[in-house]
Amino acid sequence: MPLVEMEINGKKMSSNVEERQLLVHFLRDDLNLTGTHVGCDTSQCGACVIHIDGHAVKSCSMLAIQANNASITTIEGLANENQLHPVQEAFKENHGLQCGFCTPGMIMAAVDLIKRKPVLNEKIVREELEGNLCRCTGYQNIVKSILAAAEKVQA
Amino acid sequence: MYQFNYIKAKSVEEASIALSNNPEAKILAGGMTLIPTMKQRLASPEQLIDIRQIEELKFIKLESNNIIVGSVSNHFEVYDSEIIKEHLPVLSRLAENIGDPHVRNMGTIGGSISNNDPTADYPAACLGLGAIIKTSKREIEAEEFFIGLFETSLEEDEIVTQVSFPIIKNSCYMKFPNPASRYAMAGVFVSKSDEEIRVAVTGAGENGVFRWKEMENALSNDWSVSSADSVRISPDGIMSDIHGNSDYRANLVNVMATRAVENLINEH
Repeated sequence: MPLVEMEINGKKMSSNVEERQLLVHFLRDDLNLTGTHVGCDTSQCGACVIHIDGHAVKSCSMLAIQANNASITTIEGLANENQLHPVQEAFKENHGLQCGFCTPGMIMAAVDLIKRKPVLNEKIVREELEGNLCRCTGYQNIVKSILAAAEKVQA
Repeated sequence: MYQFNYIKAKSVEEASIALSNNPEAKILAGGMTLIPTMKQRLASPEQLIDIRQIEELKFIKLESNNIIVGSVSNHFEVYDSEIIKEHLPVLSRLAENIGDPHVRNMGTIGGSISNNDPTADYPAACLGLGAIIKTSKREIEAEEFFIGLFETSLEEDEIVTQVSFPIIKNSCYMKFPNPASRYAMAGVFVSKSDEEIRVAVTGAGENGVFRWKEMENALSNDWSVSSADSVRISPDGIMSDIHGNSDYRANLVNVMATRAVENLINEH
């Protein structure tokens, strides 16, 4: 099996992977980083969103081997010690979740969004959540959380 | 997913050799169609040749009166390019509305046109602007490139390396996206240069993207909204599926075309 090297949440690592192993399964099954979720089998739901070299991607639609030499951030890598990331904090404060299954992907997508578009409004947030499905909340509090986080990051 | 082997090509030459050595190999760019398809076991290539990180294919530049986009440029890079925003903003807006943000960070222009999905956006821009598609072997005009459903004139061992779009300021793309997938239910690309008017339709044709000659002729005779409004596309040959039947889609094509013309006339 080919060897891959990556930096994951700030730590360098190397491992052998099967060519056909998806990145999300490598993270979850091999590295035990189970915060990244698999919510569908069709690349639609966005529960598996992580950052590769600073950009949000769906880790279920990428092979682990494609991420060779990449720098990866997963939901586990967002918080600083015991200090939640402002987006995590905002989801907590605004009750931006119900069952929580989509939340890691939502938060990773939101962090990427706020970085790309620091000035947000409700319409933009709803459009930008195109790649993330939530089947509980109706998105209301997710949108609220992201707007609150964006404001906090800006301040 | 079925087992396969994987190589990461460092150059177009290396990728071309690998591809010609194995007829069962597939080129992997962003993988936004190929990998989901392989996950569903609808595709089972023996080998994947990853070209996503070939440096010589990653560029966006302005050359005389053309925007040239390297084939592994992803949709976000095309949207975000200052050169494209300034000289061919229609292309930036088109890229901005493909799929979702995560897909735009991976999916590439070369992958999109090589796949030639009948509902993809880039084929409409290529045909609507009269782009030239450069490959590892030759240059192909958009008209000659898109052949049919998921079918192009690419040979088995040929790789798209860049797409050259003529800068036509007077151009507009109107798309009615499927509300779930954001694929075009109907997308119409209209461009008006000193030489000609082009109208390209995606998302609707049973054989994929096509130039709508009747509309082009009508607009060449009379460049007006009422002229656009007077032409009606026949539902014969228009796709019919669970998202909409051919009558509905044909109407969407009419409406998108009229809106594009309206937009261009109001803008200038």
